[in-house]
Amino acid sequence: MKMRALMTVAGVCALATASAITPAVAKVDGDTIILGSSISLTGKYATNGLHTQRGYDFAVKTINDAGGVKVGGKSYKLAVTYYDDESTPARGAQLAERLIQQDGVEYMLGPYSSGMTKAIAPVSEKFGVPMVEAEGASRSLFTQGYKYLFAVLSTSEQYLATAVDMAAASTSDPKSIKVAMAFEGDPFSMDVRAGVIDKLNEYGMKTVIDDQLPADLSDMSTTLTKVKALKPDILIISGHSKGAATAARQIDEMKVNVPMIAMTHCEAAKVHEKFPKTATGFLCPTQWVETLSKSDPMFGSAADWNANFKKAYPSYSSVPYQSAQASAAVYVWKEAFEAANSFDKDTVRDAISKVEMETFYGDIKFSENGNNIAKPMFMRQIGSDAKYSLVETFKDMTFPRNVSY
Amino acid sequence: MLDNLQLLFVWAPIINIQVILEGIFVGAVFALSAYGLALVWGVMNIKNLAQGDFVIMGGYLALALSSANIPLPLILLIVIAFMFVYGWGVYVLMIRRILDQDMFVSLLATFGLSLLMQQVMNLIFGPEVQTIDMELPNWDLFDNMVTIPSSKVISLGLAAVIATAVVIFMKKSRAGQAIRATAQDPRAARVLGIDTDKVYAFTFAFNSALCGAAGVLVSIIWVIQPFYGITYSVRSFAIVTAAGLGNLPGVISAAFGIGLFEKYVGMIIGTAYEVAAPVSILVMVLIWRQISMKRNRQVVR
Repeated sequence: MKMRALMTVAGVCALATASAITPAVAKVDGDTIILGSSISLTGKYATNGLHTQRGYDFAVKTINDAGGVKVGGKSYKLAVTYYDDESTPARGAQLAERLIQQDGVEYMLGPYSSGMTKAIAPVSEKFGVPMVEAEGASRSLFTQGYKYLFAVLSTSEQYLATAVDMAAASTSDPKSIKVAMAFEGDPFSMDVRAGVIDKLNEYGMKTVIDDQLPADLSDMSTTLTKVKALKPDILIISGHSKGAATAARQIDEMKVNVPMIAMTHCEAAKVHEKFPKTATGFLCPTQWVETLSKSDPMFGSAADWNANFKKAYPSYSSVPYQSAQASAAVYVWKEAFEAANSFDKDTVRDAISKVEMETFYGDIKFSENGNNIAKPMFMRQIGSDAKYSLVETFKDMTFPRNVSY
Repeated sequence: MLDNLQLLFVWAPIINIQVILEGIFVGAVFALSAYGLALVWGVMNIKNLAQGDFVIMGGYLALALSSANIPLPLILLIVIAFMFVYGWGVYVLMIRRILDQDMFVSLLATFGLSLLMQQVMNLIFGPEVQTIDMELPNWDLFDNMVTIPSSKVISLGLAAVIATAVVIFMKKSRAGQAIRATAQDPRAARVLGIDTDKVYAFTFAFNSALCGAAGVLVSIIWVIQPFYGITYSVRSFAIVTAAGLGNLPGVISAAFGIGLFEKYVGMIIGTAYEVAAPVSILVMVLIWRQISMKRNRQVVR
């Protein structure tokens, strides 16, 4: 009996020392700063998870090749420890805890998607580990009062708001504009909707259709039937890739003729390749474009980053913005370490919050809530040649959409 | 909601035609997978939760074949043949072992199969939503208020052909008779020299082939994704519960009924509730059955 109790005590002691010792080693290992990320490499986010990981890896390599990160007069290399979260939030939270507690990571890069970020942010917050994320755009991430969460991308309510501005510019009387909306019920799409509704109220436009789409969406013909009957001036859709693919397919099939159609995820759903005729004139928001006139000393201009990334990963014909923003997140870490000139996680956290810089990805400056307020969302239109062109004001766009079914 | 009712019945009644047509197209595809479920349920008392995943698997096979530029009728035949063999394999490896077990084992086992199939499809084909665009013409009527995609008409025709073939097969052929005999009384069937194990294997493979056919139709008229199977499973269960087992005319009429109900609910309340519609029918049917059966129920104390 006594023996057993002794052994238990010894075991607990051993465990306690083990967990107390390990964290101290890994955050900066020799001349390497270790960042940690739980990322979706399998499961439903696998494709975008891979885009993200490549963006991180590309930035790490570029920064290391350019001499690394200088802290206290010494050069450090960056490295990232990845775990595959299988696209499941619960697993993501578990892995974040493992990164922080077992691997001793004190600097985190974000996972892919708002949902995963939502699962992981409370963990990094609990341990006071700063996380710079590039793929969670949901507005709700930045209303929780998180102190250690920073995002380089524009938040989701900005995604389609510009489209409403453009619709307003198409006429002298914005109040006469009839709007049809179809949004999925998930947090991301609901945020996009909130942004659109704010704008609609601002202009006093009239909503004629406001449908919610189901999560396993494969048929939205009823919504489109209503669109045909009510003839709105603008149709706004958001439901991730599946929403864009379903919408494009059925807009084609039902010959829906609305002068202005705006939707998220056109590029991810490849509507320009799969439905080139129908997709002509679609307005698609994007976080970043390679023709952007922004640059930085590390990656060069947006076009330079694009060219070099393609060189590193020749399988891309067009580079997804998910990779670009992932690279920008790593760049923020480098700037913050150098500005803080320290590895103390709270000092570095304060340095991140003060970051103010121009990058190939756009300007970065964090609000008190951690979201990037310096970069706008960009709107692009698909042309009849299935190419995307940047639309900054109403004058740049083809209106009405020019399609003959 | 009031706006939508006005739209349907006052402002533009012509769109009723579109809604009804969509309901019929949807119903035709449901009928195929639901009949397969009813057969397996009735003959071998297996509640196949992987039903929808068989449908999606058929869709992905069609997608793979169509990218090799194989014409649609041939795709349909290849998928049916492949899914038949696949279903036979699943029976031999798994279903045979759970035949005598209780209901929960069959539910758990087929649920496991469903998860496995989803993940394998996700690994092979990726998580993107995909579709086969056959670039067939779309007809429009009534000043473009009603459009009829020829792909949906073709799939309705194919569904009708397959359903007729199934009816004739079940009524006339020896194998069909054996299936019906086994469903009625497996023991008597065995006594009379029917190899029930083979009948079970054939029934399950047959169901898998029907799902495969439905999947081909789904992939040419809607979109497919590795995790979409569950909606087809739910609809099949709702239809079978409403129609009863082994009743083909019942299954077909229930399928069309649910298809129409779904579309009208989508039109009037909103697209988000379309998926909820078949489940609400399921609940209503169960409540109604409870009440109507109460009369015949005797209390034993």
